[in-house]
Amino acid sequence: MTALPAATQHQVFSPARISAIASNTLLELVRLKVFYFMLLFAVLIIGSSAFTANFSFQERFQVLKDVSLGAMSIFTWLLAVLATAMLLPKDIEDRTLYTILAKPVPRFEYLLGKFLGVLLLLFVALALMSVVFVIVLYAREQTAVGEAARMVSVEELPAAIQQIRATTFNSNLLPGVGIIYLKAALCAALTLLLSTFASSSIFTIIVSVVVYFIGHIQPIAREAYLESATVAPLTKIFLALVSLLIPDLTALSLVDDIVVGNAIPLLLFAKTAALGGIYVSFYFLVGYFVFAGKEL
Amino acid sequence: MNRRVAIALVLILIFGAVRMPFERQLEAEHKAAYFHGAKLDLGLREQIGQMAFLAALSGFRALVADGLYLRAHALWERTEWGRMKLNFDGATALQPRCILFWDQAAWHMAFNASIAAYEDKTEPREVLRLKAQREYWKLGEDYLLRGIANNPDNPTLFDRLGFLYREKFKDHCKSAEIYARGAQVPGAPAYVKRFAAYELAQCPGHEREAYEQLRALYLLSEDEHVPTLLKWLGILQEKLEIPPERKIAIPAPSNP
Repeated sequence: MTALPAATQHQVFSPARISAIASNTLLELVRLKVFYFMLLFAVLIIGSSAFTANFSFQERFQVLKDVSLGAMSIFTWLLAVLATAMLLPKDIEDRTLYTILAKPVPRFEYLLGKFLGVLLLLFVALALMSVVFVIVLYAREQTAVGEAARMVSVEELPAAIQQIRATTFNSNLLPGVGIIYLKAALCAALTLLLSTFASSSIFTIIVSVVVYFIGHIQPIAREAYLESATVAPLTKIFLALVSLLIPDLTALSLVDDIVVGNAIPLLLFAKTAALGGIYVSFYFLVGYFVFAGKEL
Repeated sequence: MNRRVAIALVLILIFGAVRMPFERQLEAEHKAAYFHGAKLDLGLREQIGQMAFLAALSGFRALVADGLYLRAHALWERTEWGRMKLNFDGATALQPRCILFWDQAAWHMAFNASIAAYEDKTEPREVLRLKAQREYWKLGEDYLLRGIANNPDNPTLFDRLGFLYREKFKDHCKSAEIYARGAQVPGAPAYVKRFAAYELAQCPGHEREAYEQLRALYLLSEDEHVPTLLKWLGILQEKLEIPPERKIAIPAPSNP
């Protein structure tokens, strides 16, 4: 008996297959014209200047950064939930899932490829938004420097320019964008987990949105569960379930602090990123566990 | 329920129990970084307000705070002081570390609304207009005190409060105390220390202390030889009858 040629041997785990599925997923999502939201984003951050025309430069930069980072958070979250919730139901509906799984493609690779496709989409979307944000921020900074040059004496100009530059760009903005990405990735992983057993994408989206909002008050439930000894047993059980089942999304909400100029220590950022990474991996693996036993 | 879904649920519960201590610690570290390790002395009102707002709007609170701030600005243009205050209350509760919000809220109350109240043509009784004016000063003071309680590590609001006591309340002793506290905060501009001494010079019974501070500043560096410092040094030297051998020669002001 002769061995099969190497090219035809089936690999148990193939990065090439995963990347093929991921790139196809990204392409499908792009074809859905999801990037139209970029237009809305650009209008939003450029338009925010209309409301701040009479403000000082500190106020203008504060609003611009808040609006931009807030819009980035909202858009990436919406993209993560909506794009992920559609993945499996759409593939089942148009039978693509059966075609792929009929081939020697393990379910793990299929799910990982799909998930990586969404993560790629989120990355591209966030990168595009960041570029627009930096361009607008830089343009505003130059305008403010120009205004200062006209209004301030030559001796005071270097100090004024330094103050403007300190107000516009700070080194925390990049980690802030990174945390926005991680939060969106977590939401995508959670939505994927939900969609592995949900009966419809509407159900997945609704539950995902509800979990998102509860996730922001989860620390209150956790503290009440851990520290209040006098609560009724039923309440305690409810608090425990909220604390254990729902992710703590406030841990990934550093952006609100970054925009007011708070420095985030590197170690804290690393721990937050690690927590985000653990959440994403865990939800994905549990999602795979359910998907592996799903009757298709 | 599908057996795998049930197992997944159990796994999520176990994961929740494992991550709980880590998340609590991370939350504590986050708070410490947010407040730069500053020890806060917040009243109950402040604590409850912050907890509820921060929790309910976490993730979008900067955005909502900006919205409220923009509305407050629009209401200022329409001189709707009551509604403006409500919006500033919301903005400051959502972003208690944003100096700009506290500063502007206090400024509009103590300097704009107070003047509008005093010049209110619908109120013919001056005593009531004066009372309303003073109430707006107090509202401005309240914002600055709460702003300082939330940001004890930032000198800006100390500077603003010292200015408010000086310009509106004409309380030079309090102004001197606040400027002096502000001067202790790392990063405080050099003038804050000088302002503390100027105000102390006008606080009855503290002239000697003020003189020593002004003298020390004068001897510190030539950068401190600004006209106002020289003026107060001269006034106090005469008032306290400083012996000629200890007197600092004050140059006559140069005419432009």
